[in-house]
Amino acid sequence: MTVSNFTRRAVMSLMTAAGLAVPAAAEVDFSGKTIEWVIPFSETGGSAKWANFFAPLLSEALPGQPTVVVKFMPGAGSTKGANWFQEQAHDDGTLLFGTSGSTQFPYLLNDPRVRYEYKDWIPVMASGTGGVAYLNAEDGAKFDGSANSLKDVDFIYGSQGATRLDLVPLLAWQMLGMNVEPVFGIKGRGDGRLMFERGEATIDYQTSSGYLGGSVPLVEAGQAVPMMTWGALDADSNIVRDPTFPDIPTFKEVCEATDGCETSGEAWDAWKAFFVAGFPVQKLAFLPAGTPQDVVDTYTAAFQTVVDRPDFAEISSKRVGKYPVFVGDGSQAALETATSVQDGAKQYVLGWLKDAYGVELN
Amino acid sequence: MEILATALPELGNAWALILQPIVLGYLVLGVVMGLAVGVFPGLGGIAGLSLLLPFMFGMEPVYGLALMIGMVAVVPTSDTFASVLMGIPGSSASQATVLDGFPMAKNGQAARALSAAFASSLFGGLVGATFLTVFILIARPIVLAFGLPEMLMITILGLSMVAVLAGRIALKGMAAAGLGMMIGTIGEADAGGSLRMATYDIPYLTDGLKLVIVGLGIFAVPEIVSLLRQDRSIAKGASLGAGWFDGIRDWFANIWLSVRCSVIGVAVGVIPGLGGSVVDWIAYGHSVQTTKDKSGFGKGEVRGIIGPESSNNAKEGGGLVPTLLFGIPGSGSMAIFIGAVALLGSGDIEVGPGMLKDNLDITYSIVWLLALANVVGTILCIAASGGIAKLTTIRFTYLAPFLFMLISFAAFQSGQNFEDLLALFTIGLIGIFLRRFDWSRPAFLIGFVLSNPVEKFTNQAFQIASFRFRKSFEEGMDYIFSPIVIVLIIVTVVSVVLGIRQAKTIMAEGDVQSGSKRAPLIFLLAIMAYLIVALINAGMIPDYNMTDKIIPLVIGGFSLACCVILLVQMMRRPEGDVIFADKEVAGEDADAPYGLWPTLAWFVGLIAATWVVGFILALIGFLITFFRVRAGADWRMTLILTAAGIGFMCLMAGALNRDFPPGLLQGVVDLPWPLK
Repeated sequence: MTVSNFTRRAVMSLMTAAGLAVPAAAEVDFSGKTIEWVIPFSETGGSAKWANFFAPLLSEALPGQPTVVVKFMPGAGSTKGANWFQEQAHDDGTLLFGTSGSTQFPYLLNDPRVRYEYKDWIPVMASGTGGVAYLNAEDGAKFDGSANSLKDVDFIYGSQGATRLDLVPLLAWQMLGMNVEPVFGIKGRGDGRLMFERGEATIDYQTSSGYLGGSVPLVEAGQAVPMMTWGALDADSNIVRDPTFPDIPTFKEVCEATDGCETSGEAWDAWKAFFVAGFPVQKLAFLPAGTPQDVVDTYTAAFQTVVDRPDFAEISSKRVGKYPVFVGDGSQAALETATSVQDGAKQYVLGWLKDAYGVELN
Repeated sequence: MEILATALPELGNAWALILQPIVLGYLVLGVVMGLAVGVFPGLGGIAGLSLLLPFMFGMEPVYGLALMIGMVAVVPTSDTFASVLMGIPGSSASQATVLDGFPMAKNGQAARALSAAFASSLFGGLVGATFLTVFILIARPIVLAFGLPEMLMITILGLSMVAVLAGRIALKGMAAAGLGMMIGTIGEADAGGSLRMATYDIPYLTDGLKLVIVGLGIFAVPEIVSLLRQDRSIAKGASLGAGWFDGIRDWFANIWLSVRCSVIGVAVGVIPGLGGSVVDWIAYGHSVQTTKDKSGFGKGEVRGIIGPESSNNAKEGGGLVPTLLFGIPGSGSMAIFIGAVALLGSGDIEVGPGMLKDNLDITYSIVWLLALANVVGTILCIAASGGIAKLTTIRFTYLAPFLFMLISFAAFQSGQNFEDLLALFTIGLIGIFLRRFDWSRPAFLIGFVLSNPVEKFTNQAFQIASFRFRKSFEEGMDYIFSPIVIVLIIVTVVSVVLGIRQAKTIMAEGDVQSGSKRAPLIFLLAIMAYLIVALINAGMIPDYNMTDKIIPLVIGGFSLACCVILLVQMMRRPEGDVIFADKEVAGEDADAPYGLWPTLAWFVGLIAATWVVGFILALIGFLITFFRVRAGADWRMTLILTAAGIGFMCLMAGALNRDFPPGLLQGVVDLPWPLK
């Protein structure tokens, strides 16, 4: 380690001395340092998986090949860790923080525990996922691309809580006029799928990787019928078909085909806002407020190197799903779309949560 | 038969994969690392696996699996050391082991207890693997047959073990279990998010209390304090009686108990969502019920170790079924394991329904690597147990500060808040008084552990059942009273009836003398006060969140009713009745040279100093003062021991990349690790 560092430094100084073009980012050198990537969730969640996937790649791509360790700071559904990160100042660029939809939703919903401000932080990377809703075989047979014939069916759905990512499917089904009764208190989408497999739940949704790994076999066995994806965003922020599931219609299409469901207006805007925050821009990596530009550039360049790896598409699709990874300006734009929800949409969701589930967030 | 025809060659492939020297090398490496990490109570598997993750990326799958499984498999084995020798339940898998293991250590039979435990662990692991080899092929429909009503019934079966462990006064045991359940409801409700006995102003409480802290507080703190007061060694007379070979003989004499408990372990482990929390209690209850002379339980009955230890390693094997077949982790370490498997090789192995079809050889490799790791781990542990058991002959005053250090660190790791230490102290205080007044601590812990599953499954099963009833009455009845549920109801009823009859002979706290009315009465009134406040608090949750208030109301009401009856009994019975059991009247605690409060003050001192100057600085001061003042050691000894303690702490925390609790000082000055 020391020897190779020494060699690298020697080579670098030679290169500099010779006046060779060294990328600006290389001025920041993390040799011998340890970068802590703090995740406000436990070791066992999806965000842990995400950070553990990127950590070794990032370590390779950063100048000086620092050790990148993932640290966990779970508590209060990630608000504890995020509140902590809000207090951190730039030191030597060795602190990185990761958030997920579960951090963004309380922020958007004015949860009283939120003491953090996304706008203060500097995003360096963002990545997303998609989601697929599916029905049991019996009700799936009635599904014709619209929810018209599903309106008189009572569905049961195993849910983690209406204020979590489950807000997106629950609101979607409600907009379609479907009668879905959530059974709250499950601990992960895997448990929801199990409930569906046991026949206790009759409708379910999974994020893309969960769907590919656990639900596709159900579809192949004829026990489940895919209903819709949440879709993906194109460059102009329009909802288009999810590239991972080009054959499954989006919620937007199903909504258009269903009587009484509107793809404009308050409800739609609210749904779309939370969909964007929860799926296409689900996970973000941040540097603390006040980080100097050269450090930000270094990280941006490193993440760009990771994304540009020839094998990136292949290794990432199996581990985190094949969705775009936004770097640098892209991540800034992604953050803005994910955290700016019009007040009307916010009020609509807060009102709906209260009416439908009695949830009051203050 | 067709299945077997495809399975057998795959089993052969699996063995060919495993039996490469390099794979075995990785396995042994993992086992050794797991044993080293396993000394930290309540942290083991998760911390160890996180440590390995960075190396998993792109690693040859079978090497990575060997390394990880080696590490995970030995955690339930190695945490037996802490349970037996120190009375510290290392994880939920070793709670029941404490009940008889620690008394055996106190009787000078630590080596015997350890080797009996390890032999049972090994055997349980092997039985589990054998069973799984066949069962995994047909497991899917069976696992799916366990819906919410079935899981609820298994949880209730676990809860019914309270009947066995209730102690001499059944009402006290039930109230203790109820109190445990009420403590378990603290925080944000799973279903509707209502707050119970918590406020957003104290974010710590909204997450609820962690099992590690409650386990340490209820079992470890009272024992440490009591032994420290007596100022003796753990083993009475500082001598070791039976050796490690006796333990193996004990196990062999009870081999059928070991077989039955292993099967219980695999079977319950297979059901996703229950995890290990109930297994060892069910196994313990089974051991009690099948033993003719029950008087030894709680005082050092070796069958009380063999049962739970056989089941907890078998459970790890069972837990592979939901993990591998459904991609649903049965425990925290399994969740990391799933994530890590995705990093292996080219990422082709995906845990989930495809495992059996596409990767049966890998599946079998995992099952048998687990068994093999058990063998290697157990042999290492048995080899070490004779030597490590000598710890119990050391004067406890020299051990206690290290134990305070370890439990504080373990508690802090569960939430990484200073409040973790306060919670540990508070629960420890409850534990001390439960122990003193002979309220069943196991009952309290069972209540706490099962509080969340009982609430969750009750609410969810109720919701789905009412949905089915709305469709038709028959459909609802079919859902609730499935054949499995009916069988479980019968088993539960039988075990409760038997349990109540037997409870009086099982004295987990030993034979406690009774004294005057005043102290036991005050404690009862304190519990009642808490229950009343908790009931009022639950009553204030609005009715549309009925799911969040119904369980606290019912359980709280039930416990309060038990307490009221106890109160009436206390008023009517004369002083000296068993109901007024009090350890401070006569016995070890009463005769101890040191009082409770001065002894507890040392622990308070450590916590208070941590709050001001952070953990490591506080620890340096604590260790030096303790060894000089309390233990009366000379300076040389004091400094050597302090340096050893701090060095060990920093080495382990450094290797596992863990932080220490910071204090006010760290908020003002920027200090380097480990002082920060």
